[in-house]
Amino acid sequence: MKVLVPVKRVVDYNVKVRVKSDNTGVDIANVKMSMNPFDEIAIEEAVRLREKGVATEVIAVSCGVAQCQETLRTAMAIGADRAILVQTDVELQPLAVAKLLKALVDKEQPGLIILGKQAIDDDCNQTGQMLAALADLPQGTFASKVEIDGGVLKVTREIDGGLETLSMNLPAVITADLRLNEPRYVTLPNIMKAKKKPLDTLTPEALGVDVAPRLKTLKVSEPAKRGAGIKVPDVATLVDKLKNEAKVI
Amino acid sequence: MTSLVIAEHDNASIRGATLNTVTAALACGGDVHVLVAGANAGAAAAQAAQIAGVSKVIHADGAQFAHGLAENVAAQVLAIAANYSHILFPATAGGKNVAPRVAAKLDVAQISDITKVDAADTFERPIYAGNAIAIVQSLDATKVITVRTTGFDPAAATGGSASVEAVAAASDSGKSTFVGSEIAKNDRPELTAAKIIVSGGRALGSAEKFNEVMTPLADKLGAAIGASRAAVDAGYAANDLQVGQTGKIVAPQLYIAAGISGAIQHLAGMKDSKVIVAINKDPEAPIFSVADYGLEADLFTAVPELVKAL
Repeated sequence: MKVLVPVKRVVDYNVKVRVKSDNTGVDIANVKMSMNPFDEIAIEEAVRLREKGVATEVIAVSCGVAQCQETLRTAMAIGADRAILVQTDVELQPLAVAKLLKALVDKEQPGLIILGKQAIDDDCNQTGQMLAALADLPQGTFASKVEIDGGVLKVTREIDGGLETLSMNLPAVITADLRLNEPRYVTLPNIMKAKKKPLDTLTPEALGVDVAPRLKTLKVSEPAKRGAGIKVPDVATLVDKLKNEAKVI
Repeated sequence: MTSLVIAEHDNASIRGATLNTVTAALACGGDVHVLVAGANAGAAAAQAAQIAGVSKVIHADGAQFAHGLAENVAAQVLAIAANYSHILFPATAGGKNVAPRVAAKLDVAQISDITKVDAADTFERPIYAGNAIAIVQSLDATKVITVRTTGFDPAAATGGSASVEAVAAASDSGKSTFVGSEIAKNDRPELTAAKIIVSGGRALGSAEKFNEVMTPLADKLGAAIGASRAAVDAGYAANDLQVGQTGKIVAPQLYIAAGISGAIQHLAGMKDSKVIVAINKDPEAPIFSVADYGLEADLFTAVPELVKAL
């Protein structure tokens, strides 16, 4: 069984982004870029499935600018066998990415697609569900545990208030939540090995997908600043302030 | 122009997040209908009809909706989607699961986690963990939206008198089946709806200490319990208690953070709280930069003292 894992190149989670002075977006020139953390978890899960003998091949996919190759090399250093870059300079929104992935699903016929549940740049949380809809596949989103037995997938999902377990036939789409696994550290030998693994480049046009954005960003601005308050010397003062100043207890 | 709100419910009653979503739908302009897709969910539908501002409740009933499976709920929404200009879901685990499925099938973009409606086609939404606010305009005919509940006041749960229309239930897709669930049972308020939240961080050191220190404070205040990612990763608190960018987004009247340093991802989940209290022994902890009241102290002495003083 092939496992397809889409990965996104995003601003590193440690970087505090700044809004551009002309309010057209955030300034991502010269900031550190990394693989979306949830996608790292997705790759790790796919590689573990291959190591357990459940999967035979792990294919990493990224959609976007040429530099996404670096993200794909990281995915292959974690253990993906090969990679596909759908290269474009157009700003890609989740629906467009889902359509590109659908075209690749048709081409590669994977038994399982694992995505991160959310990208930490646009915070959309859409692509996995959209792909499942377009490919007419069952979905197990926000997964914290994945078990595959025969052609059946059991996925434990994080929901409000606790966990739920669903069962579905493969092929299926999973989106990874934080607690699905802890991704391994990539080692230097594996980084070297990843450089030799195959990386194919395609274009949206070759896949016959229109990627034009459907949402227009009119303005990006700083959020309202929350001023720092005061330090209180002791618990008694804190209680007094909460009762008599803030009046919240 | 009519908006459709997909109700979040447990078949017996409507969940609070639905009320905030109705407010967002009203801000889009036009009539507001509510879809209740459930199993024996007549009581929930009747309750939805009481929500102020709702003109019609659409009730689809069938065993296939008992557990809110995304494939089945999406099919039900799609069956009636053509009647609506806006389709709004609360940005809860349930809403986030279903909404993109609907948007993709309609071939429209989804606008996630809106915090404000500027116009019928223009919305505000936080990006980059709330470090920037984007104003986006939808170019699609149908707007599929998830609503960040902290951005909108809840509509009044009573006072409305909508009609309830039963519609044919979309058939079971058969794509996935519900196996079971583990829902933490307690009498505490729901994290996203609580007026007061007490949240613990890594400084608590163990699951035992987390319980021992945080529970009495929560009990005393009638508060919900939250946690930082570090505390959840370390196994001190359950996964669904995580407050932050990719966990729960909360905005209670009072948020007490004990032993939480305040990573930007955590701040993203709670900085809209009305009053923030930080208890931390590190004077440089970033949490103090957003706290209304900061207490520089060891939480193991300060929190029990606070419980006594309340």
